[in-house]
Amino acid sequence: MRWRYILSEVFTGLWRNVTMTIAMIITMALSLGMLGGGILLFWQVDRMEKFFFARVEVSIFLKADITDEQRSALDQELRADPLVATNGVTYESREEAYNNFKQLYRDSPDLVESVKPDTLPESFRVKLKDPEKFKEISERYKDKAGVDDIVDQKELLGRVFDILGSLQTSALLVAIFMGVAALLLVANTIQVAAYSKRREVAVMKLVGASNWFIQAPFVLEAVFAGLIGSIIAFGFLMIGWWVLFSKGGSLESLETVLTPVEWTSVLLMLPILAGISALVSAVTGWVTLRFYVRV
Amino acid sequence: MIQLERVTKTYPKASRPSLDDVSVSIEKGEFVFFIGPSGSGKSTIIKLLLHEITPSKGKVIVNTRDVTAMRSWRIPAFRRSIGCVFQDFRLLPNRTAYENVAFALEVIGKSQAVARRVVPEVLELVGLGGKEHRYPQELSGGEQQRVAVARAFVNRPLILLADEPTGNLDPDTSIEIMRLLDRINRTGTTVVMVTHDSNIVNQMRRRVIEIENGRIVRDQPRGVYG
Repeated sequence: MRWRYILSEVFTGLWRNVTMTIAMIITMALSLGMLGGGILLFWQVDRMEKFFFARVEVSIFLKADITDEQRSALDQELRADPLVATNGVTYESREEAYNNFKQLYRDSPDLVESVKPDTLPESFRVKLKDPEKFKEISERYKDKAGVDDIVDQKELLGRVFDILGSLQTSALLVAIFMGVAALLLVANTIQVAAYSKRREVAVMKLVGASNWFIQAPFVLEAVFAGLIGSIIAFGFLMIGWWVLFSKGGSLESLETVLTPVEWTSVLLMLPILAGISALVSAVTGWVTLRFYVRV
Repeated sequence: MIQLERVTKTYPKASRPSLDDVSVSIEKGEFVFFIGPSGSGKSTIIKLLLHEITPSKGKVIVNTRDVTAMRSWRIPAFRRSIGCVFQDFRLLPNRTAYENVAFALEVIGKSQAVARRVVPEVLELVGLGGKEHRYPQELSGGEQQRVAVARAFVNRPLILLADEPTGNLDPDTSIEIMRLLDRINRTGTTVVMVTHDSNIVNQMRRRVIEIENGRIVRDQPRGVYG
């Protein structure tokens, strides 16, 4: 009987104040959607970093007038270097560079035409044990005889990750602001609910109803709104994923660059968001009742 | 049953204490009037006994339990042993007489089956048989107060507190309510009533404790209003 009583109180409470309930659910959904998007982006960036940094190379371009001794000395030194991954050194001759170039730009014959087989420099492609150690490699080799220029692919990737990182930060910032708005709405809803039920609450306290019995309907109202909000937020994320990444989605062609987002990680958002929203609404509701309304 | 030991209560911002070094002992089954002018501190006693407020100094002991030292989570269980009626009845306007009384049982975890058995009984006891399904606004003041008494008594409390229960009622109705409280007292329930209705006090001839400026100025068995 007690649970039936509490549940019926929860639903009449939500319905009595339905405009506020809707406002609460919408702000919660937006805030949770942003939070979920932020978390997904965070996972994605993490995965992309692992994926790409395992593959990035440092290119050491050689001067056109390099001698054979210089080249083989450099080759030996690189292979013996403790910063370089085992078997991480590949030599690319001018012909190979030219062939790769032709292969890469086979759709633009004019461009291929403009490049002669000897215009592209020969190079060493070096894979590092720790991609962060580029600077040391650069310092060590840039003044060696026969070295023309040293380029780190990671630097180019870094800019991509900077953009993703700032996207993620702004999603989380928006999530925090919306979240604060949602919490204030929860607090306000509970105050209104407590005011409209002040007579019942007074009688309950008088006859000795336990505190949790008095407070549970109010707290559960907030939790219920939070759960609905998280389901809607999950809906947003699923739609977003479907539009962007599914077969025929608008970012499908970029999947070679952006490692694919698995829909299972989107699915994982449902329990995460539901858990966060239920917990946060319950705590907010309880704090409001305990310290503000003093039910 | 009830002991106040050197109780002083000063409200914040008040210039003088509402109760000043008051000691009283009330035995089980007694019927006690607290009388005195408005602002004398008599309602403060009810609030102390309900643990709505705590004393600034001294001890309040109810039913052998030191209320002042009670942890806040024990208060609800403690209040179940006390019934309380007020001048303004405090009924829920959107519930019938039956539902008002049943509400008090349901919110402390009693089943509806218990309510169906007990509520008609207690409504019969207070003389409201046949009016179970009226709403408060369909009942007279006296009848509303009977519902409130039924609600306070339905849980068979050891103590019934009444804060000016006849304050809103005409003299004849007041007498009827007093008969009802007397009947409840005869079942062994200790009744503590705060009032400034001299007629009633003089007719009942019960113990009278008079309070003035927060101090007890008279404590008389079978007293009159004076």
